Amino acid sequence: MIQSNIDIKLYRRRRLFNYVVLFVSVLTTIFGLFWLVWLLWTLIGQGFQYINLDLFFKATPPPGSNGGLANAIVGSLMLTIVGVSIGTPMGVLAGTYLSEYARYSKMATLIRFVNDILLSAPSIILGVFVYEIVVISTGHFSGWAGSLALSLIALPIVVRTTEDMLRLVPNSVREAAAALGAPQWKVTIAIVYRAARSGILTGILLAVARISGETAPLLFTALNNQFWSHTMNEPIANLPVVIFQFAMSPYDDWQHLAWAGALLITFSVLALNIIVRLFLRTPKSSY
Amino acid sequence: MDTSINNRGAVFDKLFYHSTRLCAFAVLLVIIAIIISLIIGAWPALKKFGFGFLTSTAWNPVTEEFGALVSIYGTLLTSAIAMAIGVPVSFGIALFITELCPVWLKRPIGIAIELLAAIPSIIYGMWGLFILAPLFGDYVEPWFTNHFGDIPLLGALFSGPPMGIGVATAGIILSIMIIPFMAAVMRDMFEVVPAVLKESAYGIGATTWEVIYKVVLPYTKIGVVGGIMLGLGRALGETMAVTFVIGNANRINASLFMPGNTISSSLANQFTEAVGEIYTSSLIALGLILFLITFIVLALAKLLLYRLSKQEGSRT
Amino acid sequence: MNSNKALFFQSTIPPTNGSSSMSQKEIRQKDITDKMSGEMNDVKLSIIDLDFYYGKFHALHKISMDILVNRVTAFIGPSGCGKSTLLRCFNRIYELYPAQYAKGRILLDGNDILAKGENLNLLRSKIGMVFQKPTPFPMSVYENIAFGVNLYERLSRRKMDERVEWALKKAAIWDEVKDKLQQTGTALSGGQQQRLCIARAIAIKPEILLLDEPASALDPISSLKIEELIGELKKDYTIVIVTHNMQQAARVSDYTAFLYLGKLIEFDDTQRMFTNPRKKQTEDYITGRFG
Repeated sequence: MIQSNIDIKLYRRRRLFNYVVLFVSVLTTIFGLFWLVWLLWTLIGQGFQYINLDLFFKATPPPGSNGGLANAIVGSLMLTIVGVSIGTPMGVLAGTYLSEYARYSKMATLIRFVNDILLSAPSIILGVFVYEIVVISTGHFSGWAGSLALSLIALPIVVRTTEDMLRLVPNSVREAAAALGAPQWKVTIAIVYRAARSGILTGILLAVARISGETAPLLFTALNNQFWSHTMNEPIANLPVVIFQFAMSPYDDWQHLAWAGALLITFSVLALNIIVRLFLRTPKSSY
Repeated sequence: MDTSINNRGAVFDKLFYHSTRLCAFAVLLVIIAIIISLIIGAWPALKKFGFGFLTSTAWNPVTEEFGALVSIYGTLLTSAIAMAIGVPVSFGIALFITELCPVWLKRPIGIAIELLAAIPSIIYGMWGLFILAPLFGDYVEPWFTNHFGDIPLLGALFSGPPMGIGVATAGIILSIMIIPFMAAVMRDMFEVVPAVLKESAYGIGATTWEVIYKVVLPYTKIGVVGGIMLGLGRALGETMAVTFVIGNANRINASLFMPGNTISSSLANQFTEAVGEIYTSSLIALGLILFLITFIVLALAKLLLYRLSKQEGSRT
Repeated sequence: MNSNKALFFQSTIPPTNGSSSMSQKEIRQKDITDKMSGEMNDVKLSIIDLDFYYGKFHALHKISMDILVNRVTAFIGPSGCGKSTLLRCFNRIYELYPAQYAKGRILLDGNDILAKGENLNLLRSKIGMVFQKPTPFPMSVYENIAFGVNLYERLSRRKMDERVEWALKKAAIWDEVKDKLQQTGTALSGGQQQRLCIARAIAIKPEILLLDEPASALDPISSLKIEELIGELKKDYTIVIVTHNMQQAARVSDYTAFLYLGKLIEFDDTQRMFTNPRKKQTEDYITGRFG
């Protein structure tokens, strides 16, 4: 026995407290993971049985008849693609400005600050904003409005990750390219982008995953469409709003479709996230 | 030496520089445009009701009397419940991951937490509506009402028919939603602490809890508070998770089990149905209020995190 | 006229490495042969009263010296003395950082390269730089070399192949990478990466090569290879090398400049400086009493 003159009672009390705290932390972790498991379990349990081919080929039906989610799936794809197409180039360029041209300036600090606020801003407010400027002025809901709202969600994500990834590229590479006489734009595009490309791609995919599940901003921009939309210039069906509408309805078959749709969305979002984290890990600089 | 290549280079340089600059400023522009358009949209209602808008519980589309208090109350209450549950749980999870977890388990649990954070909020809402709400209505709420309903003041919190949907359910769903987010942020904060610092504390025989409480927390406290505020910002603005289960009722009740409304659920439920300028404008005014609240919370969070990163010397 | 220049005109012909003593006749002979082969002991870079600032910090104080063509000039001195700073003035790479600026003149073949309006890209096509840490671009070996060339010339595929091969041969790395041209540059070993960077700099056919501690991040064997390479390269290029390794400076250079706290303390023929330094500070540094 190690001889020591510490106060045994105090020691025992500390240890006990420590064990209690650690025990509680284990409980909380189980608590946290429990919901995930339960949620996914429910989702799969409720939704899987309603996954069938019809889902992908038939449009949303009126209550009581047979149908699928095809128009909503296609609509969501369109909205996501257009939204990302608007938000990504702007985001990458903005992130480039913050990293390559104005890194330590006061204006850059302000823009980063504002960007982070936009990142966490309530998405429904973005929907209201786009409603005000697009829906009101064009006079109708449209896929374009919806895509714009989604792009406003994607934009700050891409800006942030692009800037972070570009900053990881060491200055020595930029200097080496500049020392050869390359103009700044070439240093950035041919060298720095290339070095950071997997990180930037990660940011874009994370933005895609985020906007594919967003409902609130679409509620009053893209609205919904029971049938197929022929252009983006009209209300367009999309999974999240359809799920919202169907789940809140009293009709059984609609609710089944809602579960199937929920499973689809969750699965896509999780798959994207897992792919990103497994295959495009934020690169430790290879230098 | 082909000098024309160089001249082209100079033109491209300017072009590229200005495009990046434009896009960066566009971010600034967007926020300003949002604020302006919200103010413009809310103006009719603000002009009609003035500051009374903030304190009025009226919500009558027929007489065109609107007040923000019900929605603000709901927003604040659900967020408070969410934080009350969420903060300790997130803290516990972050503690577990950084200090207790066996190494082989760290990454899987970390990934699990991040996946939880990635699940779209509408899923939580649906699940809340179909699974949690009935459970609450059938078991949890009656239990509370039976056991605590008769206590003089506290009982009021648990009174009312057990419908399952209501403010409490919404708050709980919200907490489940923001736990992964805050846990991830707190974990990141805890991991920033230099190992040497923790090792010196362990070295003099401190228990794990003592190391966390006396070394890690003081070191990261600004960051942890910042992370909590980020979580609060999320909770305040969350729409879909609460809309399903809050019940869309335009009144304030003492009871947690009664339905209510939050700003975002009011918007979600009523915006497309709103007829008349004042109705729509009142809803937009709600949106403006929400935006301002979250703006302030997020700005404070950023400032705190910024202070921490200055202390660190690294970027948060 | 600074005293260092005056010193130059006193010593007749700078001795090449290895030859410690030559008879007067041999010296005159060499002088004639040199002039006939077109190699003059000309000044390639002339630095006149150069001051340099990092923001408020005055890093270089009125430096003046001449860099001779087709010779290796070494900058030595303790950490922080300004040798890298001075080197980086020659290709104005400091322009990337707004807080840094230079005052004074640097004449390249008579033209002041610090003048306003100087085309930096053209300047850098004439002055190449290799950095301390090897910096291969995130692309294949071939593309690394081609990148620089493409900035200035439009070459057909075949001509580019030839240029790449030429550059890699000159950098003494061709044999090691000729089968790996499509492999990414970062897959090479440290020493190979550095020689790749040298090849990349050479490929655009500069006149001057600036080497900023090129071998300090490498193992001794690679380091030696680089030194041999420098000996070869000086036949075609003017080389300025910064090194904290004095033995390396003695082995590799024809002239050496000793800097301390941003001032040029002594500039002389390498053999002379290392055997018979004129300033006490120089002697102290060389004998290891400080730095």
